[in-house]
Amino acid sequence: MNFWLVLTVNSVTFGGLLFLLSAGFSLIFGLMRIPNLTHGSLFMLGAYVGATFVVGLLGFQLNFWLAAILATLAVAAFGALAERLLLRRLPGDQLAQVLVTLGLSFMAADFCLLVWGGDPLNVATPAGLGGFVRVGPAVFPMYRLAIIVIATVVALGLWLLLDRTRLGAMIRAGVDDPDMARVVGIRVSQLFTIVFALGAGLAAFAGIIGGPILSVYPGLDQDMLPLALVVVILGGSGSLLGSFVGSIIIGFIYNFGQALLPELAYFVLFMPMLLVLLLRPQGLFGRHVP
Amino acid sequence: MSARLIALGIAFVALVSVPYWMPGDYYINVASQILFYAIFALGLNVLVGYAGLVSLGHAGLFGIAAYATAYMLQIGYGHSAAIVVALIVGIASMAVFAVLSLRSTGIGFIMITLALGEILWGLAYRWISLTGGDNGINVRLRPAPFGFSLTSPNTFYYTTLVIFLLSVAAMTVFVRSPFGASLMGTRDQPRRMNALGYHVWMIRFYACLVSGLLTAVSGILFVYYTQFISPQTLALTSSAEVLLMVISGGAGTLLGPMVGAALVVVVKTVVSGFLERWNFLLGAIFVAIVILMPEGLVPGSARLWRLAWRKMNAPAKAPAPEGKP
Amino acid sequence: MSALTVTGLCKAFGGLRVTSNVDLNVEPGERRLIIGPNGAGKTTLFNLITGEISPDKGSIHLFGQDITKTPSRRRPHLGMARTYQIITLFARDTIIHNVSLALLGLSPARWNPLIDIKHQGHLIEHGRAALERVGLAHLAERPLAQTSYGERRRVEIAMALAQNPKVLLLDEPFAGLSIDERADVKQLLLAIPRDVTIVMIEHNMDVALEFAERITLLHFGEVILEGTRAEVVADPRTREVYLGH
Repeated sequence: MNFWLVLTVNSVTFGGLLFLLSAGFSLIFGLMRIPNLTHGSLFMLGAYVGATFVVGLLGFQLNFWLAAILATLAVAAFGALAERLLLRRLPGDQLAQVLVTLGLSFMAADFCLLVWGGDPLNVATPAGLGGFVRVGPAVFPMYRLAIIVIATVVALGLWLLLDRTRLGAMIRAGVDDPDMARVVGIRVSQLFTIVFALGAGLAAFAGIIGGPILSVYPGLDQDMLPLALVVVILGGSGSLLGSFVGSIIIGFIYNFGQALLPELAYFVLFMPMLLVLLLRPQGLFGRHVP
Repeated sequence: MSARLIALGIAFVALVSVPYWMPGDYYINVASQILFYAIFALGLNVLVGYAGLVSLGHAGLFGIAAYATAYMLQIGYGHSAAIVVALIVGIASMAVFAVLSLRSTGIGFIMITLALGEILWGLAYRWISLTGGDNGINVRLRPAPFGFSLTSPNTFYYTTLVIFLLSVAAMTVFVRSPFGASLMGTRDQPRRMNALGYHVWMIRFYACLVSGLLTAVSGILFVYYTQFISPQTLALTSSAEVLLMVISGGAGTLLGPMVGAALVVVVKTVVSGFLERWNFLLGAIFVAIVILMPEGLVPGSARLWRLAWRKMNAPAKAPAPEGKP
Repeated sequence: MSALTVTGLCKAFGGLRVTSNVDLNVEPGERRLIIGPNGAGKTTLFNLITGEISPDKGSIHLFGQDITKTPSRRRPHLGMARTYQIITLFARDTIIHNVSLALLGLSPARWNPLIDIKHQGHLIEHGRAALERVGLAHLAERPLAQTSYGERRRVEIAMALAQNPKVLLLDEPFAGLSIDERADVKQLLLAIPRDVTIVMIEHNMDVALEFAERITLLHFGEVILEGTRAEVVADPRTREVYLGH
């Protein structure tokens, strides 16, 4: 009984983390129509940078949350630079843009190895959240519940951004019909930079928030990218609701799969992605077909 | 004797005499690697360059042929049986890939092949009872066809060279054939080809099978070279590397994939001796080529050479006439 | 037996009915012109006839054979050829290669991965002959990217004719051409023998009217009027459709 409960909570937690990771991927895919193959690297970069701030840089040790925000901003800035300097030189050539994100992922991975070496970095659970919470007969690590709360807050924030702000309206217009959006005066190429930076920042945030659970290690990018891909294909590109629902579903499939069918764990994970691509390419709530 | 023929002749002589001028076994082995990765790149090029379909799952097909060989040997079969089974498994897997991924083109095709490659990687990684998981499978002995053992770097190199030359010859014939022209037509104007009476899906499917054959052959050579196969060979990074080979060299050309393979292998093996972070270099080269020389190194250099040649000759003569240089 | 018969053809995209109950009957050797304002559904009708989109209702018969369910790639083999409003040829290749692809499309040799396409004498011969018909044989080795729009239109027609079609569908063949180019193409089309039935969509009235024997007028996907050139030109409904009164 306890086993299933723990598995369930872990699934929801992981789903929350996946949402933070894939919401940005979904927006980038929806607006720019490219699967951002650098996304896993951005997650890892955020984790490394955040972990460095937490552990201490130049004698300054930062509060976990402050470190998370700084890491998010740093990686978001990196994303904005990458978009403006590289992707923008290939307007309309989605295939070339995907290849650039692929090349960037190689560079980012090696950069992390260069700076932080091959040993995994452990990130301490932030102060105050290291304990356990008792709910009836079951006991849960407080931090895992905290992640669920954080993910929900960010989801709400993103929803408000997309639904209630002018920027959000422009993004939604760009996702639906970029040509039409340009015609009505929306600076779509500026939106690209903003959304790419936003996506990068979200991925980085997910990376450092996930640090206490996943730790930070070389290869983290390769582990997380396929998951972002599966979530967004399942949920549908350009859809926040799709990312949310998709993340929860994949969180469950991933955890239950590893626990119950270890030999077929990845098969069970990628089969839904394949089936969706074949049978319903727009995913559950997607705005358009990839 | 045209310049082209002379260049080809020199290249052929150079390749055939490698063991005599390469400074040591290590470099002969690097040459072998370049050759079978070139076959792999030629195989991927059939899709990327000639069919216009970018696959990010080809390492899965490469790996499954390697695993099939290693597994057959492990359970006691001889080399001939292992190779035949590996070829069949490789091509059959490609056929399955094709049926599933040819429903899409462009980004959709990339994503489906990526997913399929990941599925194969995941099976290699987790189906431990079959594949040994992360421990991989060892291949104890290389084959000894007609009594010639392939254990020495020289004999392995020559065997690989023969297969490589056959592959290049086959691709040359393929590219000049009506089927090759049909395939390239579907790359450039699929709708028009359909309107002219071509069966676009079937043409692409057959192209996949040709690609699958070359990929399987290179996978078999690989596993006999390294005498080991592990899930890492099927990872997304491996698929990205072979794509890098094709695109950096020049997709849709014959020489491009070979140059690309040489570039990547040399960076991975030789350069990595000096520069630990060679992946960064590889990624940077890739980004630079995609942005600055998207047609690839071979066509790009040829174009620059022609420009330079014209600039050198221009002041002394009348302006060059329009048309082909 | 009629060359091309379309009966009760219907097609809707979502709620929008683009083709409503279209009947069309073209006799062998006829020169039929399809006219109608923008959005009338003319190109969609062509796409339905060639099979690129499938109808919701209705049937299409080619010389008596029901081809409604035949895949679009088979229809050229049955004698149907088509040109497009926007020219989409193989820009990387020479003119003769473009025509060769048209010739190969109907030949079993297109599956052959072993022979050299440049050594196929009869293919090259037929290709040059096709280019002769449109007056472009002297440009055979010219890369398509280095030809004018008018020349490309003629290449496209050469490719269609190279397939020896029984029914030739031309979608706005005069679009984007200069006055001289239009005259060239007009001569070309007038020279096509009567064993080829021609159905043409065109906006450019002065050239098209000269060419047409019978005219079908489409509006909002429906056939408003059909008759001889004289009948349709005189009919008040024609002016109504174009000018709104």
